[in-house]
Amino acid sequence: MMSALAAQFAQMALVLALAPALTGLTRKMKARLQRRIGPPIIQPYRDLRRLFGKDVVLADNSSWLFRAAPYLIFAATWVAAALVPTFRTGLQFSWAGDLIAIVALLGAARFLQAVAALDTGTSFGGIGASRELMIASLAEPAMIMVVFTVALVAGSTQLSTIAAFMADRGGLRVSLAMALFALVIVALAENSRIPVDNPSTHLEVTMVHEAMVLEYSGRHLAMIQLATSLRLLFYISVIACIFCPFGLITGASGWLGYGVALAAYLLKVIVASLLLATLETAIAKMRVFRVPNLLGIALMLGLLGTLLLFVSRGM
Amino acid sequence: MQIVLAGVAGLLGLSVLALVLFRRRAAAPILYGACLAICLGLSASAALSLSQAASEAVLPLGLPWLGAHFRLDALAAAFLVIINFGAASASLYALGYGRHEAEPARVLPFYPAFIAAMNLVVIADDAYGFLFSWEFMSLTSWALVMARHRVAKTAVAGFVYLIMASFGTLALLFAFGLLAGPQGGYAFAAMRAHPLSPGLAGLALVLAVVGAGSKAGLVPLHVWLPLAHPAAPSHVSALMSGVMTKVAIYAFIRISFDLMGDPGWWWSLPALLLGGATAVLGVLYALMETDLKRVLAYSTIENVGIIFIAIGLALAFKAGGMAGAAALAVTAAVFHAFNHMLFKSALFFGAGTVIVATGEQDMEGLGGLIRRMPVSSAAFLAAAMAASALPPFNGFASEWLIFQSILVSPELPQMGLKLLVPAIGVLLALAAALAAACFVRAFGATYLGRARTAAAAQAHEADRWSLAAMIICATLCLLAGLFPGVVIDWLQPVPTALVAGHMPPQAGIPWLSIVPVSASRSSYNGLLLFSFVAAAACLAVAVLHRFASRIVRRAPFWDCGYPNLGVLAQYSATSLAQPIRRVFADITFAAHEQVDMPAPGDTRAAVLTRYLRDPAWDFIYRPLARALGATATLLNHIQFLTIRRYLSLVFIALVVLLVVLALWG
Repeated sequence: MMSALAAQFAQMALVLALAPALTGLTRKMKARLQRRIGPPIIQPYRDLRRLFGKDVVLADNSSWLFRAAPYLIFAATWVAAALVPTFRTGLQFSWAGDLIAIVALLGAARFLQAVAALDTGTSFGGIGASRELMIASLAEPAMIMVVFTVALVAGSTQLSTIAAFMADRGGLRVSLAMALFALVIVALAENSRIPVDNPSTHLEVTMVHEAMVLEYSGRHLAMIQLATSLRLLFYISVIACIFCPFGLITGASGWLGYGVALAAYLLKVIVASLLLATLETAIAKMRVFRVPNLLGIALMLGLLGTLLLFVSRGM
Repeated sequence: MQIVLAGVAGLLGLSVLALVLFRRRAAAPILYGACLAICLGLSASAALSLSQAASEAVLPLGLPWLGAHFRLDALAAAFLVIINFGAASASLYALGYGRHEAEPARVLPFYPAFIAAMNLVVIADDAYGFLFSWEFMSLTSWALVMARHRVAKTAVAGFVYLIMASFGTLALLFAFGLLAGPQGGYAFAAMRAHPLSPGLAGLALVLAVVGAGSKAGLVPLHVWLPLAHPAAPSHVSALMSGVMTKVAIYAFIRISFDLMGDPGWWWSLPALLLGGATAVLGVLYALMETDLKRVLAYSTIENVGIIFIAIGLALAFKAGGMAGAAALAVTAAVFHAFNHMLFKSALFFGAGTVIVATGEQDMEGLGGLIRRMPVSSAAFLAAAMAASALPPFNGFASEWLIFQSILVSPELPQMGLKLLVPAIGVLLALAAALAAACFVRAFGATYLGRARTAAAAQAHEADRWSLAAMIICATLCLLAGLFPGVVIDWLQPVPTALVAGHMPPQAGIPWLSIVPVSASRSSYNGLLLFSFVAAAACLAVAVLHRFASRIVRRAPFWDCGYPNLGVLAQYSATSLAQPIRRVFADITFAAHEQVDMPAPGDTRAAVLTRYLRDPAWDFIYRPLARALGATATLLNHIQFLTIRRYLSLVFIALVVLLVVLALWG
């Protein structure tokens, strides 16, 4: 009980502390792959600190919703990231929401983000919100189908149970490969990464997420940037915990075990960040109306994975 | 039972009283206040009787050899709560809203009668009483739709509604005829005692789907709903959308689970297929629409689809002998019906306050209302999040239960269902995601941004009664989402009666989580998630304001450095839906845009035209109307025959009827 509670709080602190570093690391690696030097890995922390100290400049006509949204978005994303097993399963509150509920929690954060983007009544907020909603309307069902596939293999939608099952008895399965592929596409879309969106551009023809947060400044912007980093870490943690649960502590363990588990988690995050940077360097961004095709592939893969399992279960 | 009958009699009495009183100014408050009191009482008594044994009563009304049978069992009690709570909140809202009614005499007499009719449908225990109350409900609601009869659109809406309602009643009439059999056992007890042969059961099921589905708004029988619901005054729209569709769902559950006996596995197919199609098409229709009340009406169609998916799953599980899973799906269906009543009422109340405040119900003429109407916009936002199935609100809790019951479906014995159910799961997830887009759009275009018309800029907050009704509904949306276990436990007599199974008791589970099957399988705790998010948000605010900056400066908006482009440059409801229209509606609605760009030097304005097709009208109803017209022209010849030929026609008809009777009996 006590150790589970301690692990829960350690996890909350861990994801919060680690998230900006992940963003910094990805940017650094991408820069190096493009033969640039790139900003230091700790640059996102510096950005956050600088933004925290700045005044908030609010548009004249913005409402209470615009001011409340950054904190709610941050809080929902943080809670979601804190419920994914990173170094051990059976966190104190992991049963508070299964994978469907956690995905829906991120959906609530996105809802608030889109609503806040419309609050000032600018054309850029509208363009970002409308495109984000189009992308989400395909990415969310694809994610649900991935959850279905994984849940049918592990017999549970609880992430802790899934991770423990995968660590013990998770073998190679065609359905799981399909689910992994679909989940990677969904993760790229949900995190506004290339090929769906470009996180480092402010051109109106490409931006989706950046257009939505255009009116934010100061500590509000810092909250949103932190939430964006947390969401990337969340998806990497989910992929790691379902498809690569090695080193995850599932029972009791000593200090050494925790050290190993933590090191394994950090290694997974670094590898994922490297893969993401490579992918973003290797491929180009898609036109906005090509994105539904990509997400349609993810949706179909998720459905096929589920169908395969539904069929094979009955035999 | 006696309380319900007394309440119904009271409501009918109020109707008569309204005929006497309607010229007085105090008539509206007195009548709505009395409706509020009676409905609250009925709702409370139904909630208490849910866990009690079924009670029956026979009154010497209706057909002399049949009498009027009434029965109050768990299913009826659950739906009585939905009906009367919805009616109570609508009456509370109408205490304020009703003052803006131009012709109260066209609303006041029918309103209590409409509520009484819905109550009667649910407690009726014989086909005659059921169909009588059903038709009474249709006609009173038709009268309420026609309350603003001088608006041209209303006449069309009323006409289409009348045709579809009669058609639905006709289908139900035949369904009950089949269920009663040649003996004519029109009491429900007699129908339960005589299960049908598979062929007749299939026919009765199709008729029940058509009859109940046309009232509930199943695609493609939905065409009247987005016309009729918005045409009525807003508190009646809330009643029709939030409550009357539930009566139709009750009718389908009553016939398919109770009266028809043990289901075959294929009974689930129409509910699953039509439910899935209805859920997705309903919300797509909503995304194409710019009239706020019609958006809400289409969203009702979507939610009816979701409830039908859950009913279909329950039928499949019941046929497969999986009582626990069937109980889960039935609970999810009734829970979602309850939730939809709450959030759709709040949303229609919100739309009503917007119309009162601005006189505008097209979203393209609204905007910026959050600053003029802060309280009602907050309530609308909460209800919109509930309708988008987002935690911690109630809509998510019930949809989560439906997802959990889909995940049990690999254990079904039939291969066809195994393949179908995950595809339905995709449709459900798609509908949920599109609903979020739909409500971001509805809330954003109405309440956010800058006012698009002078009327919207001058809007004022609604009166206290309306606000109270909205706040109560929105708060209950949150509470039912935070404590779903309480509602689930309270609903368990329904699956126990219908599918002889129940979900695990939720009361004993630590921390008020809900566990649909077993703890290792899945659990959800809206209260804990909500408290965590609230605590984390408060922590972030406190830390930042204490240790970082707390300064706020006001300035004109930035918009990427563009100067003030004027109000019309902001995204409108139509443009917010453009990406989704392009992706999802190019085939279903044949959506396309045509740009007429003048040549350089030409000073006329560029024109962008948007084309949309309504497949239900274009492919089903217009051809049907044409065919009907052509047939009528052909049959016209019969009007000009000689008396000999008429006599021979009568003789042939008699012989045919006798032959049919001989073959059937």
